[in-house]
Amino acid sequence: MSSETDHDLFADVDLGWEHRKNRIFLGLIFAASMFGVLMLALLLFDVATDFYVGLTEYNINLVDFFTRDGSRREELSGFRGAIVASITLMVLVTFLAFFVGVGSAIYLEEYAPDNRITRLIEANLANLAGVPSIVYGLLGLAAFVNGIGMGPILLAGAIALGLLVMPIIIVSAQEALRAVPDGVRNGSLATGATQWQTIRNVVLPAAMPGIMTGTILALARAIGETAPLIMVGAIFINRMPRGPFDRFSAMPTQIYNWANEPSQHFIHLAATGIVVLLSFLFVMNLIAIYIRHRYETEI
Amino acid sequence: MSTEEQSLITTEVQTENTTRADRPDETVLEARSLDVYYGQDQALTDVSIEIPEHKVTAMIGPSGCGKSTFLRSINRMNDQIDACRVDGELSFHGKNVYDEDVDPVALRRKIGQVFQKPNPFPKSIYENVAYGLRVQGTVDDVDLDDAVEQALRGAALWDEVEGKLDSSGLDLSGGQQQRLCIARAIATDPEVILMDEPTSALDPVAASKIEDLIDELVEEYTVVIVTHNMQQAARISDRTAVFLTGGELVEFDDTASIFEDPADDRVEDYITGKFG
Repeated sequence: MSSETDHDLFADVDLGWEHRKNRIFLGLIFAASMFGVLMLALLLFDVATDFYVGLTEYNINLVDFFTRDGSRREELSGFRGAIVASITLMVLVTFLAFFVGVGSAIYLEEYAPDNRITRLIEANLANLAGVPSIVYGLLGLAAFVNGIGMGPILLAGAIALGLLVMPIIIVSAQEALRAVPDGVRNGSLATGATQWQTIRNVVLPAAMPGIMTGTILALARAIGETAPLIMVGAIFINRMPRGPFDRFSAMPTQIYNWANEPSQHFIHLAATGIVVLLSFLFVMNLIAIYIRHRYETEI
Repeated sequence: MSTEEQSLITTEVQTENTTRADRPDETVLEARSLDVYYGQDQALTDVSIEIPEHKVTAMIGPSGCGKSTFLRSINRMNDQIDACRVDGELSFHGKNVYDEDVDPVALRRKIGQVFQKPNPFPKSIYENVAYGLRVQGTVDDVDLDDAVEQALRGAALWDEVEGKLDSSGLDLSGGQQQRLCIARAIATDPEVILMDEPTSALDPVAASKIEDLIDELVEEYTVVIVTHNMQQAARISDRTAVFLTGGELVEFDDTASIFEDPADDRVEDYITGKFG
């Protein structure tokens, strides 16, 4: 920088302090991005240790863990009922939220005129996506569990979670639809296709990978939600739900339940449950990433 | 209505065994006092023009002169733009396409379009060409394989894609993609093909292939082409319409007259490169 050169062409340009500022800023933003990674690593390490200790010192048998339901006696407790409940929830949430969500997105992107009502709907959706999850739980409790007398059943939990993720699905589907170039829409319309034919044959197939990715990520959000399920009464249930009209406790509520127990054995059961829940989340995220990469070169 | 339908039939008979130059002019598209607005902005002002059948009609003029707007008015693709409003009359075989009883979807099945930027669907080459037949529900009436081959031959693309009909249309080069779009447009056998600067996104070699193709297409179709390129208009068109800024149609005549002896001074200035 300040070393002697054979000619002083750039002698009047002193960038030393500017370059130092660059490096300081780079260091700061790198530290900021590493912070999240570090925290995740700490969390995973903590869970992994509890999980390991549970396996070794408390003799938690993974086969039993996956084949038994919850129990008040720690040595008999397993996670099967909660896993089945969570998977059933996912399926129901998909049915409830996917079609309504993608339908709204198609309406807003492909049909809705650009007027005040449309903008009002979009602003409300953005707000809805930011509503705390416990509010959806309260809604589920007031409207479905008590309101129409469903009781604390799995379907009521699925409705609460479905409402929770619907705005997320709508917004991500809108983004996917917006990413489809207008050229192919016009090409289809100019070939004599109706608007629905255009959407059905050209727009939706092109947007589907994006819609799927968004939906899977929304479901990954739903599978980890605890508060709405507690609100609709999905807690202190140990047996496996027999269908959508049965009482239930899903993975996160079962973990919450165990973590509140005084016995250390239960704490380690909770850690094992967290490992299973995280595995579900990772797999879902991996599928979403795979779909995104698989199709991103298409258009 | 009925007399116009009769004239439709007679023109079809007349086109046989006549060369392009001495074919009589049968008007297929006619605009009368056409005004088009985008919100407050007027894009076309009082345009009146008669576009002859089985000829190449070129629309030239500087950017923003409304030539593309006029093209989109013909097949009502302007309907896609919320703020767009059309006044006046635009007739296809004597029927105003802006009449209440005209379904724009039906209109577009008779008037195909090729766009500035090649826009094949993210589907196979075969499905791109078959698309129009599928959406128009005519798949059962024709041999689809045969129709696809005919359309690709018509678009001078068959020899290049014969062995790879199942590969994606997006894997083709830009010029091939544009010919694929032409194949898609002619597969359903429309009467008119609108082309909106079809070669402006292509290299000169690919562009000249499209120009040769237009020369062949006009044997069966009426071609209306918007172009920025005056040499292109001079090479390929029979008639040339010159639009100038403000959405005004300044002059419309035989291409030779426009380029050799334009009546309007502003047209002469534009063609000789004094502005635009």
